[in-house]
Amino acid sequence: MTPETELARLIELIGPFNKKGVAISESTRFADDLELDSLTVMDLVANIEDEWDINIPLNLLPDLENVGQLADAVAKLKG
Amino acid sequence: MDLLSKFDAVIAEHSGLLASGVRDPFGVVMTQVLSPTRAIINGRETILVGTYNYMGMTFDSDVISAGEQALRAFGAGSTGSRVLNGTFAPHIAVEQALMDFYGTASAIVFSTGYQANLGMVSTLAGKGDYIVLDADSHASIYDGCKLGNAEVVRFRHNNVDDLDKRLGRLPKEAGKLVILEGVYSMLGDVAPLKELVAVAKSHGAMTMVDEAHAMGFFGANGRGVYEEQGLEADVDFVVGTFSKSVGTVGGFAVSNHPKFEILRLVCNPYRFTASLPPAVAATAEASIRKLMRAQAKRDNLWAVSRKLHGGLQAAGFQMATETPESAIIAVLLPDQLSTVAMWHQLIEHGIYCNMSRPPATPAGVFLLRCSLSAAHTTEDVDIIVARFVQARDALAAMKAA
Repeated sequence: MTPETELARLIELIGPFNKKGVAISESTRFADDLELDSLTVMDLVANIEDEWDINIPLNLLPDLENVGQLADAVAKLKG
Repeated sequence: MDLLSKFDAVIAEHSGLLASGVRDPFGVVMTQVLSPTRAIINGRETILVGTYNYMGMTFDSDVISAGEQALRAFGAGSTGSRVLNGTFAPHIAVEQALMDFYGTASAIVFSTGYQANLGMVSTLAGKGDYIVLDADSHASIYDGCKLGNAEVVRFRHNNVDDLDKRLGRLPKEAGKLVILEGVYSMLGDVAPLKELVAVAKSHGAMTMVDEAHAMGFFGANGRGVYEEQGLEADVDFVVGTFSKSVGTVGGFAVSNHPKFEILRLVCNPYRFTASLPPAVAATAEASIRKLMRAQAKRDNLWAVSRKLHGGLQAAGFQMATETPESAIIAVLLPDQLSTVAMWHQLIEHGIYCNMSRPPATPAGVFLLRCSLSAAHTTEDVDIIVARFVQARDALAAMKAA
């Protein structure tokens, strides 16, 4: 799977959490654009973990501010 | 740059809340405490239904006199760390009481329950180790993770398969600590520890269970949910507190691990803070020893908890758990405004319960959380339910007006 297909699937997974209906791209920020609170982020992270059968350590989350950074992290964690 | 400006949103939210004319749910002052279940709040005698004073030990005469004696004999404070000048006879005695209560080889007392979790979590799992914790874990467990250097992975609340999957993704040879709670304090739900601990063991993980909200009334000896579910040989570390059933303040961890005692020398939240005041240690010891034979209190606590759940449900309130699972009985409300309004009406009707909201609560729920005490009577429960109904009626009347 190329990073592009990961990004596409990631955008699909974010869909149900996109309550404000903003257009999602690599540069969409979780806190500022999607306004996800910490509990919503937790649900989303759990879904992403199960989609790719990976663990995303809590310690990584503060550095993942936008969708593109999360896609890169998923690609890395998949190994 | 004003460093406090980052809290402007919180300041605005809180002042907006107060501007709606309600009393501050986070600014309650008890000017007199009459008993484990009664205090004067806003000049009114109020029934306390949100204090975690599960076994009603705060005014027990033996507990008070043990504290008074220690206060006179050992002074107001230890002025020191447990590993320097801060270990007095009452500190040793309360640790012995814990070993007797839990039937373990070791007990370590911390100065608060928060620090017990901070210390245990940050010290047990180090760099290269993994912590796998329930998503609804208490803030002290999350903060313990932040203080330590382990990789932290969450699993969905009380979800056995979710824990299994996440443990399965970790390197086989890595050190792993699975952190669970017997009773989760927001909704008052009980964990399926038997299944969760079995999964943890199957992946070679060690387990730590926080039994803060179960001590005294779960299991044959009141040790907690892990005892009730038959896991005494399987759980590696149990964490607890003196600030709930024991009725004072302090935290602890007990274990049969042969190397457990070394934590005293390597755990910062234990060694870099002053020990408990000796009077507190003595009250805790007296209380713990009485909790070993408190069957009548246990029976009454369960009776009033079940009655409150049944009474509020029958009155049409939406309960956080279908059945009463613990001594925490929580009512679900739709949003912040209605929760605060109802909380305000309750305090005006002489009922104190906790208002809980995200992020303390899971899944963004708003709660009015009641916790029962063995010192409540069934008549108290009738009054509590009646006042919940009156408070709801008063709100409806205000809306109609």
